[in-house]
Amino acid sequence: MGYTWNWHIFLQAASAKETYFDWLIAGLWSTLKMGVLAWLLAFALGSMLGVMRTLPQRAPRLIATAYVDLFRNIPLIVQLFLWYYLMPKCLPEGLRAWLFAQPPATSAFVTATIGLGFFTAARVCEQVRAGIQSLPPGMRNAALSLGFSLPQAYRHVLLPVAYRLIVPPMTSEMLSIFKNSSIAGTVGVLELFARSRQLNDYTAQPYESFIAVVIGYLLINSVVMLAMRMVEARSHLPGFMGAR
Amino acid sequence: MAILDFSFLTSDAGVTLVRGMLVSLKVAGTALAVGLLWGTLLAVMRLSRWRALSWFSAVYVSLFRSVPLAMVLLGFYLVVPQILKAVLPGAAGMDTRMMSALVGFALFESAYYAEIMRAGIQSVPRAQFLAASALGMSNGQSMRLVVLPQAFRNMLPLLLTQLIVLFQDTSIVYVISLADFFTAAEGVGERDGRIEEMMVIAAAVYFIVCFVASRAVQRFAKREIH
Repeated sequence: MGYTWNWHIFLQAASAKETYFDWLIAGLWSTLKMGVLAWLLAFALGSMLGVMRTLPQRAPRLIATAYVDLFRNIPLIVQLFLWYYLMPKCLPEGLRAWLFAQPPATSAFVTATIGLGFFTAARVCEQVRAGIQSLPPGMRNAALSLGFSLPQAYRHVLLPVAYRLIVPPMTSEMLSIFKNSSIAGTVGVLELFARSRQLNDYTAQPYESFIAVVIGYLLINSVVMLAMRMVEARSHLPGFMGAR
Repeated sequence: MAILDFSFLTSDAGVTLVRGMLVSLKVAGTALAVGLLWGTLLAVMRLSRWRALSWFSAVYVSLFRSVPLAMVLLGFYLVVPQILKAVLPGAAGMDTRMMSALVGFALFESAYYAEIMRAGIQSVPRAQFLAASALGMSNGQSMRLVVLPQAFRNMLPLLLTQLIVLFQDTSIVYVISLADFFTAAEGVGERDGRIEEMMVIAAAVYFIVCFVASRAVQRFAKREIH
């Protein structure tokens, strides 16, 4: 059968302006952008939901629990298809017109990033909730008896400790968000995974394309791990173990 | 509702969906069986005294855990048909999509099961192992007859939760066009121009299955603790 390896393929011109290597970098960039943006959304929404799950009132707890159940029990690929096909139809006229006026790659990127963010928010919510619930109950009561209002107790006492405790599980959620962004390749986003198929189709060098993209993912992984190790070292609280 | 219209559905589409679900279950079942066996083996290797074994296991697990499942499936879809052709001359007629999905999925999930089983083995007190040795068991016997059964029981809720995740992940075989439940639903939607409706149906089915299963696991885990 025999396979001819040809790593020089990446230096060849893919179009008038780009080489295949540029395609690879564009895919990497797109994956990074999507992961970071979706993470910001997931972190904000997930933190809010996580706090809601630990409130004394019943209604916010129920809403947050329903959110987690809904978003954790439907596969991500189904969610992204729904965001891509169904969500634009439910939008108000003005927003829909704006979305459809964008180039297809941009509108796909926007819907997939939102979808990935909402999906990950459910998982972030569970980590934040676990972090808050792992704190000794005396902490909340001490803050309240010192005259903090409930929002103040969360803002100044509970959350600062809880976030520090959940750095390790949040690291693995962050690693997952970059891996999960590969699913966006199925709804028309040209991120790293989609580039591997595109490279394969154009260069007919499947193994090189595959290995190059795997290296891209390994690179993202190591950068996230290093960054989070630094965060962990800087935010570590003496006397506390990592929450599990 | 004005947006969705389900009147296009025929019994023909239903048959396609059921067939797809069987494929999903087959992939999930195989990945579970192989993943448990190979994952446990990897976990034992990881904790072994032999450096080469523990090093191999560590590299295997971290490699599979750093790469998205979609990439792994695509990779095996590139490699498995070549190997099949080389090893079995009569393999031309075989379903290479299914084979690649089964192999890729099982090897991928093993890495996750290995991590769970490693935590499970470490959750068994070391004295159990020493006591087994004192009773005259060999290392292999103590592991197999004393430590692993307890590790397995301790980790059962996590193993079941991972099974639900795994079942959801089977939808990713879409990237190699294997007709699982999701791909079948997408295909019907594409054919009839009713992709939104089919995605809502797919979401509802996955939700019901996974929601019921995860509630059952929760109840089971609670009963175990008390």
